Amino acid sequence: MGAEVRRANEPAAGVERALRVLSPLALVALWELAVRVHLLDARFFPAPSAIAANFVDFAASGALAANLGITLERIAAGLALGGIPGVALGLLIGVNRWARAFFEPLIALLYPIPKIALIPLVLLIFGLGEAGKYALIAIGVFFVMAINTEAGVRQIAPELLEAARAFRLRAGTLYAKVLLPAALPNIFAGLKLSIGIAIVLAVAAELRAANSGLGFVIWNAWETLQVERMYAALVVVSLLGYGLSLAGDALERVALPWRGR
Amino acid sequence: MAGLESASEGSVLVRAADRPGGLASAIVFQGASLFPWLRVRDNVTVALDRLGLDRAEARRRADEQLARVGLEEFAGAFPHELSGGMQQRVAVARAFAVDPEILFLDEPFGALDEQTRVALGAELARIWESSRKTVLFVTHGIEEALALADRVVVLSERPARIERIVEVPFARPRDVVALRARPEFGALAGTIWEALRPTLRGR
Repeated sequence: MGAEVRRANEPAAGVERALRVLSPLALVALWELAVRVHLLDARFFPAPSAIAANFVDFAASGALAANLGITLERIAAGLALGGIPGVALGLLIGVNRWARAFFEPLIALLYPIPKIALIPLVLLIFGLGEAGKYALIAIGVFFVMAINTEAGVRQIAPELLEAARAFRLRAGTLYAKVLLPAALPNIFAGLKLSIGIAIVLAVAAELRAANSGLGFVIWNAWETLQVERMYAALVVVSLLGYGLSLAGDALERVALPWRGR
Repeated sequence: MAGLESASEGSVLVRAADRPGGLASAIVFQGASLFPWLRVRDNVTVALDRLGLDRAEARRRADEQLARVGLEEFAGAFPHELSGGMQQRVAVARAFAVDPEILFLDEPFGALDEQTRVALGAELARIWESSRKTVLFVTHGIEEALALADRVVVLSERPARIERIVEVPFARPRDVVALRARPEFGALAGTIWEALRPTLRGR
């Protein structure tokens, strides 16, 4: 029995899944074909088969894992160093009107600065070491986490705050058992944005200010005119972003069991 | 009176204070006051925070109160898995768990259907018998007020002033269902309706 309800102009579930797999494959096939018939210049757009071959080399030599690992380390450090203080500040300005009045203008002024434009400053202060990369990513993540956490705290149902007041919860309990869980859905929304920001900043910093990481591989491939390697590294960045966003979704499901599903 | 807002005039004299093992007061709100991210038992134990009980004692108290409202099997469930009536029973268990000197119930069963409302009123009266705490129960239900209270204070609408005070003579423990069939019950309800007559105009 076809118990599933769908409108006439919507695809069936199986078709929908097939389309999702088909579209990237179709793009790759079209690309390969265009290179083979010389519609695309292979110097700029090497055939997917050539990129795949380079990818295999990249992986087999151990360079992929090493550079991916370093980029991932920078992303993780930046997320932690920016995210934890960001959540803490967001909770504080979400509840405390004094703190909000003090910090909100600072956030409004500093948040819009493109963080990539801070790379020279970060280089000046921290030099070429890891600290500068951590700092750059942490700055980018910090504001997004603070803003999202604040929004999460401020939309808590007033009945719940009244209940917390009625039973006169201690401050630590109020933050840990009421405000933080109430803000968690927004914190996860912020985390997903932050993952994207962290990837952009990590790779951008590595382009010029590093001798390791996926951004370095991309820049180095340009300098040595290894276009296939450049594409192979871009594919890794793309898969890294996809993988981290799936990890974020999985973490959200574990951390928010009360939301059902 | 519950300490949530300050008085517009006059003063509130309450001989109640937090003491070891109990709070001065506790509140059951009209609805949705359980923390959705805490399981049923944790919703009760979190209210015990101020009392500084150790974990085992807090859990024992929570389970005891949950058992009294018949929800011991649901201690590990999230609020959204419970019906509205069950959620309010958890709120009642939570309020009794802090062993308050005064219990405020602010239209606690107002969002529920009539049968559930009477059932929870009966349950509240039964639980109350074992402690006989002071309860201030705000309701729009005249029958609910008469079935549960010793004294009904009829308030006018905006501004809320005391319109009339009705003493309810029924002996305890009460059968809140059988009570409703007694002629005196109907007569008292009539008295309250008369007191409310001025507020019925202009609706």
